[in-house]
Amino acid sequence: MNHDYQKDIAGCGLAGLINKKKNPLSGSHIAKSMALMNDRGNGLGAGYAAYGIYPEFAELYAFHLMYDDHTSRMEVENHLKNNYHIEKTEEIPTRPVEGLGISPLLLRYFVCPLEDKVVGDMTEKEFVVNTVMKINSEMEGAYVFSSGKNMGAFKGVGNPKEIADFFLLEEYEGYIWTGHTRFPTNTPGWWGGAHPFTLLDWSIVHNGEISSYGINKRYLEMFGYKLTLLTDTEVVAYTLDLMIRKHGLDIPLACSALAPPFWKDIDKMPDAEKEVYTALRLAYGSAMLNGPFSLLFGHSGGLVGINDRIKLRPLVAAEHGDVTYMASEESAIREICPKPDKVWAPRAGDPVIVELEV
Amino acid sequence: MFKSLALPEYLATIDKEKCIRCKRCIQNCGWSVYSWGGDRVQIDTQKCVKCLRCYHYCPEEAIDILNNETRYKDNANWGFSHIRNIKRQAETGGMPLTGMGSDLPYTILFDHLLLDACQVTNPSIDPLREPMELRTYLGKKPAKIAIERDKNEKPSLKTKLGPQIKLDVPFIFSPMSFGSISLNAQKVLAYAAKENGIVMNTGEGGLHEDLFPYTDNIIVQVASGRFGVNPQYLNAGVAVEIKIGQGAKPGIGGHLPGEKIPLQVAKTRMIPVGSDALSPAPQHDIYSIEDLRQLIYALKEATGYKPISVKIATVHNVAAIVSGIVRAGADIVYLDGFRGGTGAAPNVIRDHMGIPIEYAVAAVDDRLRQEGIRNEASIIAAGGIRSCADAAKAIALGADAVGLGTTALITMGCTTCGKCYTGNCSWGITSQRPELTARLDPEVFGERLSNLIKAWSHELQEILGALGVNSVESLRGSRERLRGIGLDEQTLDILGVKPVGR
Ligand code: SF4
Ligand code: SF4
Repeated sequence: MNHDYQKDIAGCGLAGLINKKKNPLSGSHIAKSMALMNDRGNGLGAGYAAYGIYPEFAELYAFHLMYDDHTSRMEVENHLKNNYHIEKTEEIPTRPVEGLGISPLLLRYFVCPLEDKVVGDMTEKEFVVNTVMKINSEMEGAYVFSSGKNMGAFKGVGNPKEIADFFLLEEYEGYIWTGHTRFPTNTPGWWGGAHPFTLLDWSIVHNGEISSYGINKRYLEMFGYKLTLLTDTEVVAYTLDLMIRKHGLDIPLACSALAPPFWKDIDKMPDAEKEVYTALRLAYGSAMLNGPFSLLFGHSGGLVGINDRIKLRPLVAAEHGDVTYMASEESAIREICPKPDKVWAPRAGDPVIVELEV
Repeated sequence: MFKSLALPEYLATIDKEKCIRCKRCIQNCGWSVYSWGGDRVQIDTQKCVKCLRCYHYCPEEAIDILNNETRYKDNANWGFSHIRNIKRQAETGGMPLTGMGSDLPYTILFDHLLLDACQVTNPSIDPLREPMELRTYLGKKPAKIAIERDKNEKPSLKTKLGPQIKLDVPFIFSPMSFGSISLNAQKVLAYAAKENGIVMNTGEGGLHEDLFPYTDNIIVQVASGRFGVNPQYLNAGVAVEIKIGQGAKPGIGGHLPGEKIPLQVAKTRMIPVGSDALSPAPQHDIYSIEDLRQLIYALKEATGYKPISVKIATVHNVAAIVSGIVRAGADIVYLDGFRGGTGAAPNVIRDHMGIPIEYAVAAVDDRLRQEGIRNEASIIAAGGIRSCADAAKAIALGADAVGLGTTALITMGCTTCGKCYTGNCSWGITSQRPELTARLDPEVFGERLSNLIKAWSHELQEILGALGVNSVESLRGSRERLRGIGLDEQTLDILGVKPVGR
């Protein structure tokens, strides 16, 4: 077990929106909302996740990849060819943006695993996760931005507006969007290091500095996760993966494990509930995210916003018609929805869970 | 009788001007250093152990206990205690005995570890304004849990949780038997355990009926002598502990001399008055790991599945041993480090066998994680925890809770003089002489011990707050919050911590 690592530290701003009726929204909304919070980042990383953007390939895994050079591209493509049916390969469309540094090669692939490769107890999802882990940890110069179905992550080193412009975000239409801007204090910008962090159809944007990182990392390692990015976001994503995909907890319970109720509140619960939350804390005590955070996680079924047990990072939510908004600042919501039906500040540790209705 | 040639360690002195000849020192000294010489107090300084009882109880501050400045010729190789022990052994033919933990200057890693604190990028938390949770559960934890929801979405637990010991704060009192310590000393522990929502441990001497009101805060122990063990005893407490070894004397048994077995001790241990209480070195039904498994399950059956703790001394191969113990079914593993205390141990064993607790906790926690079974048992770190800082560091290295033995005795007056094996403790702690034990008022000292636990709890909350976390499970095993200072690379690697500056 490697302990001699240097953890990534960053402050941030985030925003997200979801239309629960799946009515598509252009990427220009989230871009505008994020642009308002420009000062929450320092231009060293911004990114977006979008759901529902590839309806014509909805049944295929959409791999967004970045490459430092052509050698890494060839290595990954060979690996993909041997293991996946590749429906389509294309460069991710971009436009030149003044002030943005040199971008890596950016490609996307619409794929499904070859049937004879997914053998034994392995599920298709596990197979895809393994591919992603392999590329990220073993293939020098290549990095998977996202790998879910009908979704994608767009991110890079720049401020939110630059990144949105670069990826022509306004041309995509999706029903869930999240956005993020970073303020890293100890890492040079790296395109792969920007948020969102994704795993299958999950995407996480996160603002915070998890003070329990040391034990969270060691806990996940016990279950075989390799933490290579050394970011809090990576920890969040793997913890959710463990609890929801592998252990079968539902989203509200997984949220309660991440930011559990205090013992004094558990003690007051009716017996059955007390038993549930006590067990949750006993089993997942080392997975608790302690310290300041607010995060949004998007998945194919909805959007969830949550912050820490004593709300040390901001999170505001609002509703307007079928759309729910969440952001670090209310101004970022009002920038794109001036007259919401309802605005509220979610309580510490209380998740805002929005599910798609169709 | 010849006069011993072993130099006295201390010089007890009385200022004749100040002394009012009240004779309190004569009464107070358990070792008979003082006697009445007709017109003044006479001093036999050879017997003095520097427990300082007389010093504190002399009304005139007339007493001074000085270190004997007369030493053997300076010699970097032949130290004072080498020469002195040889002389004592030559005079008696015996093994020099000692009490307390080793006092030799081996490296204390706790003093080479520093904790982190929050600045700017993550906020610290004020424990006076925000909840700061120290509650800790000891016992097997499930790796995952299944929860179902009914039609009203109300969740209910489908996984059956193993039995747990709930501790309000992550401190417990180390096993100390009635016999090795006095009943009053045990009552002090029981009182403070109850006051603070933690547990004490009977040690191997059985459970005296005076402790029955405290059984919700008591772990009963089964050791190689099986003293006082019967079904009622096993079921009396919240858990049963199997004692394999003790940090101060790994690999050897115990010998409580007949003089320390008056009626009450004899009754509680279920042995005749005045007979020596011998604990064999091994448990004679445990010659291997599979035997341990059988005993663990026999005790689980006998107690309706209470948590079973296994206490071992930390020896070289501790990580592999603990892995075996956990796989054998233990719910709690109590690691007693090299510097752990004792009522009596041969010097040669105490000072030269085993490994310090810091290494042991780190190695054990790592191994159990590598094997994916860290959740299967709770780890207690004990043997040399001197302060809340040590406790916090032990928890950060991977312990669920820490065990306090010597610390608890110090609150009762102990000065770590190390002469517990004589049965003459002037503070009434490690003695069975009624005139001495009567000095230890369980309530007065129970309050003091309770104060100590409260003080350490506050300190631990401050530490957590500075670390920016509000629950002790976020410190447990979080070695990222520790840095080593002045440690070599290999030691850092074993501890799993970075050096300061990284
Ligand atoms: S207790 Fe102090 S004053 Fe009393 S006899 Fe002893 S030395 Fe003298
Ligand atoms: S318990 Fe008594 S005899 Fe033992 S070290 Fe402490 S003061 Fe000395």
